[in-house]
Amino acid sequence: MVNRGAMPMDKNTSVLIVDDYKTMLRIIRNLLKQLDFENVEEATDGQEALAKMRAGNFGLVISDWNMAPMTGLDLLKEVRADARLKSTPFIMITAESKTENVVAAKAAGVSNYIVKPFNAETLRGKIEKVMANA
Amino acid sequence: MPDGHAANPPDGSPEGERIETAVRAVLGSMSGDLTVVEASLLAELEGLGRTVARAKQEIASLRVDDITLSHIPSATDELDAIVDHTAQATNEILDVCETLEGVAGRVGGVEAEALASAVTRIYEACSFQDITGQRIGKVVQALKAIEARVEQVTLRFGVPGGAPPPPEPQPEPVEGETEGRRLAHGPQLPGAGVSQADIDKLLADFD
Repeated sequence: MVNRGAMPMDKNTSVLIVDDYKTMLRIIRNLLKQLDFENVEEATDGQEALAKMRAGNFGLVISDWNMAPMTGLDLLKEVRADARLKSTPFIMITAESKTENVVAAKAAGVSNYIVKPFNAETLRGKIEKVMANA
Repeated sequence: MPDGHAANPPDGSPEGERIETAVRAVLGSMSGDLTVVEASLLAELEGLGRTVARAKQEIASLRVDDITLSHIPSATDELDAIVDHTAQATNEILDVCETLEGVAGRVGGVEAEALASAVTRIYEACSFQDITGQRIGKVVQALKAIEARVEQVTLRFGVPGGAPPPPEPQPEPVEGETEGRRLAHGPQLPGAGVSQADIDKLLADFD
């Protein structure tokens, strides 16, 4: 069971999770459910995610990096360049663990960065942090 | 012969012929007795010529079609099957986890907490399917690069009098490549990447 933490979070927020591995989408969805986030949608690459974001109203994006055709970093740049979407909290969850990746993501405006494999407590902590700053 | 050298080289290869011609030219240019160093150098050159000729024969006799048409495609198929099997198994495990969470909701209390905690750990562990999948993807790319190189080397050295060698493979076109694609390296080997603690520190340094 994930420690739900003391800081209040708006659990009704729509969350978009983006990963080209269906198993990872399922894992993140289940971990979010444990945190009482039930309003979750999925996309399998940056392009699909961007289309869903432009059509919808998401309060949090949790995205992988290495996807085709559009990577998570390129999605992040598109989001930050979009007048309506630019302030959406954006967490990168990725196996990319080189310093240059973290630096590039930060430069592009990532809200937080989680390296795979990750634990549920790390996910909870980062979500709490980015939503508190949103 | 295309370069106008004598026909019927002793080992049937242009390079062997050229080496022998070069040795003869050196010998012809020398006057008087060979010194020990010169004799040794010539012997080395002749040995090198034989080694080159032998290597060429060995490359020519390689059944490269086995590698490019059978071994590597078969290996990549096997690796793809591994990814499929791990995905299927992971989905089965996740099915069971979701069932267990339903049970936890019914039993309540301390047992429910213990059950939910165990399920969370299984969820965390199931990320292996993504990470191993990405690692296998890297191996498939490496195999395809090896396949291309084997074909290049064989065409270049293995067919005496055959078709002219193809040009060197050009690097992947980078025009239009996004930063996200350029930096998509996949998982690092243990110890090579930064840890979550390092990342947290790095991000804090920006703030």
